Amino acid sequence: MSFGVPFFPHEASSEAGYVDALFYTLLVFSAVLGLTLTGLVVGYAVKYRVGSKADRTGQRSRTMWLEMSWTVASLIIAFIFFGWGAVLFVRRDHPPADALEITGLGKQWMWEFKQPGGQREINELHVPVDKPVVVSLASQDVIHSFYVPAFRIKQDAVPGRTTHVWFIATEPGRYHLFCAQYCGTQHSEMGGWVTVMAPEQYAAWLNSQGEGETLAAGGEKLFRALGCSGCHGASSKVRAPSLDGIFGRPVALDNQQTVIADERYLRDSILNPKKEIAAGYEPVMPSFDGLIDEGELQMLLAYLKSLSPQPTAGAKP
Amino acid sequence: MTNAAMQGTYLGQGSGLRAWLLSTDHKRVAWLYLISLTAFFFLGGAMAVLMRIELATPAGDLVSDDVYNRLFSLHGIIMVWFFLVPSIPATMGNFLLPLMIGARDLAFPRLNLASWYVFIFGSLFALFAVVAGGVDTGWTFYTPLSTLYANGFVSTAAFGVFVVGFSTIMTGINFIVTVHTLRAPGLTWFRLPIFVWTLYATSLVMVLATPVLAASLILIVLERVFGIGIFNPDLGGDPLLFQHLFWFYSHPAVYIMILPGMGVVSEVLPCFSRRPLFGYKAVAMSSMAIAVFGFLVWGHHMFVSGQSAYAGVVFSFLSFCVAIPSAIKVFNWSLTLRKGEISFETPMLYALFFLGLFTFGGLAGLFLAALAVDVHVHDTYFVIAHFHYIMVGGMVTAYMAGLHFWWSKLTGRMYSETAGRIAATVTFVGFNLTFFPQYMLGFNGMPRRYHTYPPEFQFWNVLSSAGAVVLAIGYLMPLFYLGWSLFRGARAPDNPWNATGLEWQTSSPPPPHNFETMPVVTRPAYAYDMKGLEHERFSPHREEAAR
Repeated sequence: MSFGVPFFPHEASSEAGYVDALFYTLLVFSAVLGLTLTGLVVGYAVKYRVGSKADRTGQRSRTMWLEMSWTVASLIIAFIFFGWGAVLFVRRDHPPADALEITGLGKQWMWEFKQPGGQREINELHVPVDKPVVVSLASQDVIHSFYVPAFRIKQDAVPGRTTHVWFIATEPGRYHLFCAQYCGTQHSEMGGWVTVMAPEQYAAWLNSQGEGETLAAGGEKLFRALGCSGCHGASSKVRAPSLDGIFGRPVALDNQQTVIADERYLRDSILNPKKEIAAGYEPVMPSFDGLIDEGELQMLLAYLKSLSPQPTAGAKP
Repeated sequence: MTNAAMQGTYLGQGSGLRAWLLSTDHKRVAWLYLISLTAFFFLGGAMAVLMRIELATPAGDLVSDDVYNRLFSLHGIIMVWFFLVPSIPATMGNFLLPLMIGARDLAFPRLNLASWYVFIFGSLFALFAVVAGGVDTGWTFYTPLSTLYANGFVSTAAFGVFVVGFSTIMTGINFIVTVHTLRAPGLTWFRLPIFVWTLYATSLVMVLATPVLAASLILIVLERVFGIGIFNPDLGGDPLLFQHLFWFYSHPAVYIMILPGMGVVSEVLPCFSRRPLFGYKAVAMSSMAIAVFGFLVWGHHMFVSGQSAYAGVVFSFLSFCVAIPSAIKVFNWSLTLRKGEISFETPMLYALFFLGLFTFGGLAGLFLAALAVDVHVHDTYFVIAHFHYIMVGGMVTAYMAGLHFWWSKLTGRMYSETAGRIAATVTFVGFNLTFFPQYMLGFNGMPRRYHTYPPEFQFWNVLSSAGAVVLAIGYLMPLFYLGWSLFRGARAPDNPWNATGLEWQTSSPPPPHNFETMPVVTRPAYAYDMKGLEHERFSPHREEAAR
């Protein structure tokens, strides 16, 4: 590590190498172009300094072709870098299907994570190596940003919506976790470590954390405790839409539109039920805004998702 | 300074406070701005130095976290709105625009003076916010932090910025009308100095973008005071809406902050190379292209904000497009030196340093526009380094180039050339020492706006903090030798650099109404290759030549 001075960040995720390939290509390009221009300017400055004997005769060559060619060359190079960056970027939206789903909740000033089995950690995140992981991010208060430099990933956690970030850690170890979006007084203290473990160690660690209930199981309890099942349950007297298999399905609204029941829709329907009303139902559901916190909302969403047959890890927001 | 030599110049028209504070002469208004902006520059700079001293060690040992957060918030607010946005337009632009186009004043002299009073009125709110306890939202005022959670004087500061926006709009309108209506006979659009082109492009952006900032800041104040739900998700609002509104102004504002600097450099490089500007039309048109494209790239501040990935792709594409006109300018400036007779007076040193720093800052912009790389370096010190290379290495360096280039015109005095060259070099060294390590910090993952940081980042932080001290010396030096020259400097000739441009055809300092006889323009800008013809540019026989 060159006397402890960081020059090149560690690559510890499946995407890190791809991002760095683009970064170092840009670096070489910038160095070559920047130093060529510097050399040109310094060269001219020396050669054509006042009183030098350099030849200054001759008309300036026609500039049109020169200007056209450097404009076109700049455009081509720019489009190459654009395309390269965009292809890698769009992959962020498509996590592998078999990913482990972890929820992350940002609040002033800590990260709270819940493993699929319900194990809860603060400012620590344990994940298995070589296994895709999706972190569903939400925020209790202001905007935070989940940033693991060694994985080259970053995603804001925005109040009022769910965002996702995924990665495949490729090397066991402990890596910095930062909050990258300024979030108030102790912004720089909001972070901790991501611990990447071999699968068997990860399993052992999960066991050592005690047998917490899974997110979905916790969500099911809430579903009953909050009275949701009273209306949405199968034997209910109040007419409310059944939520079996709701996640990922199209829902017809009373304004003739159709929306996909994604996390955004489910979240809004719990907190602001009158916003989008399912066609054929009376808008009688009360808002649960203020009655449940973000953590409970994440559990409810996990439960609703579990009612759908196929695992749809990190469906597009 | 009022003495025999100043009689008949604008400086000789009364020296009392009233004669300065109530003068509608664009040259005196420029001085009002110059003095107030200098004060803000050093206030904002002092905050930066405090931050750099704090960051010399990983722990938070000099100031508390709340104080640190207030320092960087106020540093940003002051430097962006109370220095960079008005910097070159309101000082040198104000002073030179009428001189460069052969006009007696701006189109609306009273509006010009009013703009300064509006600026001072708005800045008093910001200063009150500083004294009363500060603001801790960052200069970006992101919601819902700014609306629901921040406990500083957010409304006061936001209102101050809102008021100052009107002064910006007034200046913009004034410049646009002036360029359209007051050009001297023979001064066609494609004979305008590039400085005028860039002021014109800047003014368009000022007039079109600033109202959006005003709207978003007022919405912040309304949300804080009355609790309406524009941005608050609990009330059905959207926190990302604020980012869209804010960057719809603030990205074009980046070009407000750099275009006039490009204009200054386009004046200085040809003069000290004794060559016409290479590719004049391409440079003029690329300024306009930047002004237009600058409105279409705001989403590149939001790649990881939760905005749709496909919106990110489109904004990335447009961001690469806006890089092209800047690249064209760099190539043109570089080739201007070819076959010149280059001398290295202070303005030229600053202009050459601008060229280098702007190039390396601009190239870092390619990294940030490339989506996958931005995901990693967004909100890290890489971004800080990038925009300081453009805003400080670019704009402030150009500001210093212009200040030295036109100092004789502003004051009728010459500054010490030796002191000027030393200060320029110290600034260049200090700048790179301060900000180059921040590229390394950002690439290695240190987030911005951090009061404390992991110990492995200390090496680069110490270098950066040391550089800040050198940089501060580089910026303090001109305060002394330029100040000294006001009283003791040698009398300046009318055209000490033997430059083209109408401003050099009148006396130094100029008479109250700029020209004793109105000039007529018969040749393109930067006619440095037309030997022996310099003095014919200014024709005393206006009537005959115009017919």
